[in-house]
Amino acid sequence: MTRKIVIEPVTRVEGHGKVTIHLDDKGNVAQARFHVTQVRGFEKFCEGRLFWEMPVITARICGICPVSHHLASAKAGDAILGVKLTPTAESLRRLIHMAQIVQSHALHFFHLASPDLIFGMDADPTKRNVMGLIAEMPELAEKGIKIRAFGQKIIEALGSKRVHPIAAVPGGMNKALSLDEGDNILKQIDEVITDCQFAVDLIKNYYAQHGEEVTDFADFDTGYLGLIDDNGNVEYYDGKLRLKDSKGITIEDSVAPEDYLSIIEEKVEDWSYLKFPYYKKFGYPAGIYRVGPLGRLNVADGCSTPLANREFANFKKLGGSGVVSGSLYYHFARLIEMLNAAEEIKSLVQSEIIYSKDIWVNSRQINDEGIGVIEAPRGTLIHHYWVDTSGKIRRVNLIVATGHNNLAMNRAVYNVAKEFIKGGEVAEGILNQVEVAIRCYDPCLSCSTHALGHMPLEIDIYSSDRNICRRLRS
Amino acid sequence: MVAKVKIATAWLDCCSGCHMSFLDLDEALIGLADAIEITASPITDIKEFSPVDVGIIEGAVSTTHDEEVARNLRANCRILMVWGDCACFGGICTMRNLFSKEEILRRSYIETESTKNGKIPSSEDLPPLLEQVKPVNQVVKVDCYVPGCPPSSEAIHYALTELLEGRIPVLPSEIMRFD
Repeated sequence: MTRKIVIEPVTRVEGHGKVTIHLDDKGNVAQARFHVTQVRGFEKFCEGRLFWEMPVITARICGICPVSHHLASAKAGDAILGVKLTPTAESLRRLIHMAQIVQSHALHFFHLASPDLIFGMDADPTKRNVMGLIAEMPELAEKGIKIRAFGQKIIEALGSKRVHPIAAVPGGMNKALSLDEGDNILKQIDEVITDCQFAVDLIKNYYAQHGEEVTDFADFDTGYLGLIDDNGNVEYYDGKLRLKDSKGITIEDSVAPEDYLSIIEEKVEDWSYLKFPYYKKFGYPAGIYRVGPLGRLNVADGCSTPLANREFANFKKLGGSGVVSGSLYYHFARLIEMLNAAEEIKSLVQSEIIYSKDIWVNSRQINDEGIGVIEAPRGTLIHHYWVDTSGKIRRVNLIVATGHNNLAMNRAVYNVAKEFIKGGEVAEGILNQVEVAIRCYDPCLSCSTHALGHMPLEIDIYSSDRNICRRLRS
Repeated sequence: MVAKVKIATAWLDCCSGCHMSFLDLDEALIGLADAIEITASPITDIKEFSPVDVGIIEGAVSTTHDEEVARNLRANCRILMVWGDCACFGGICTMRNLFSKEEILRRSYIETESTKNGKIPSSEDLPPLLEQVKPVNQVVKVDCYVPGCPPSSEAIHYALTELLEGRIPVLPSEIMRFD
């Protein structure tokens, strides 16, 4: 008799999800699925709107990384207008994007994921959250809160609000940066860089203390995808796509983001509202790849700033001659990126060009199509619009960061479930272990189902006669 | 020590931005930690609602599952507060009401240019969409509203501290906004 296990809702991730695990006759894991249970409909309901409105509408796809959608959408708008940004506008967009990388990565590490690492995966669930962190480790919590606030305040300075800012418009930016605002950022930046380095050291210590628990946790082979700049460094705002296979061999390089359809296809499974992108040439599901911090660092040759680049070298050593594949290393990669983004903010704000008032270019041209691609905190984000001659949206296609990781998150859940369920015995602690695996990917399920939605976690265990024999909710 | 006020929160069809605005209280969170206890919430690991003083909902009602969550939280709280334009009025989520749910699903899962051999997901593991997206007060009684997309952290802080003082919050115009 087979069984099915369900975890619902998955918590401390953004959005709605649940996990089901099916057991075979011997009580071993036959199948594990991570279901995303929300749909929203942006790809349809944006039809008929003007492309000018899209950066403001699509920011509402996600409250954690609204700036990513805002910028990818504005970039698609730039392409429709056929314009090249002024250097000031591009610097300002990079600044708000780096601010978002800082705030989003800080939020994920300190507010959502660190309670698992600090208190242990089996700790009391009533303590294992950000309020528990504030109560037990106020100094650490305060550092996390300060790093996130620093990023959020830059977003507010450029876009008048911290969540859903109005900063970018097709053709440029809405507002220039004042010298006072720049000074204010520079006053805090060194302390923020120090705190970001502290976070990197914290995760390195955690790895040093936990050995195999870390290296073997949800470790599996996939390809990796991310944008890189002309020097092969990690790139977040622009650049070309590079894809490596599970051995670290580059199989696609310098792919123009506008050609994404030549390398990516998406599969629909009946049991999830989140689609499953895969590398077209390898097919489904062999074309599994990962994006986000681990994907970006695995495909890149370096980081653009000195402190981050030093840590990048440490990261690379973990993978030997190949790639770093353990899911828990997402945290290391994420914190290296947070450091990289903080250093980038410093150099952007120290440049003179960012203070010019030359922030927007006009155009009378309306191309019938525009594609905007950036690296959102969670990975490659693609906005693709088709418009009529008046600029009204005819069609929209979106591939969102968390979507690319859908196959990988399912694989991670399967790997952890197999470890914890043997011969029908379900080991204690499986609930949070499965969630920890999913949380590595920092999934943003409202984002990824722009299409439809959200994710809390419940695991149902199903027996082979398809009856639920156990439902786990903490 | 005075007993902490118990709070449970839920998010329905939304972007999580209102919860982010709550986390944007930054250092003020540290002060609030002495006065409130967050039980079931997307930011904790407590998944079952138990009786609380204040229930908070972000997001509109879009699926049968959203309806269940709203009813369940209402049944477990003395005061229900809703955050953000989606929960208050339906917000951006109601843009999908201009189309049928079949049109929404067909575009997302069949017609999109990157989708290969698509189909509309319909497994029993997924909650079906309602025909129309609704604000929370069309499903359960709501006691207080904090609009905004999202409401600023100042507005959220004001609403929480008023409730802690035993008053139903009425937002002053300086912090009331709808964008």
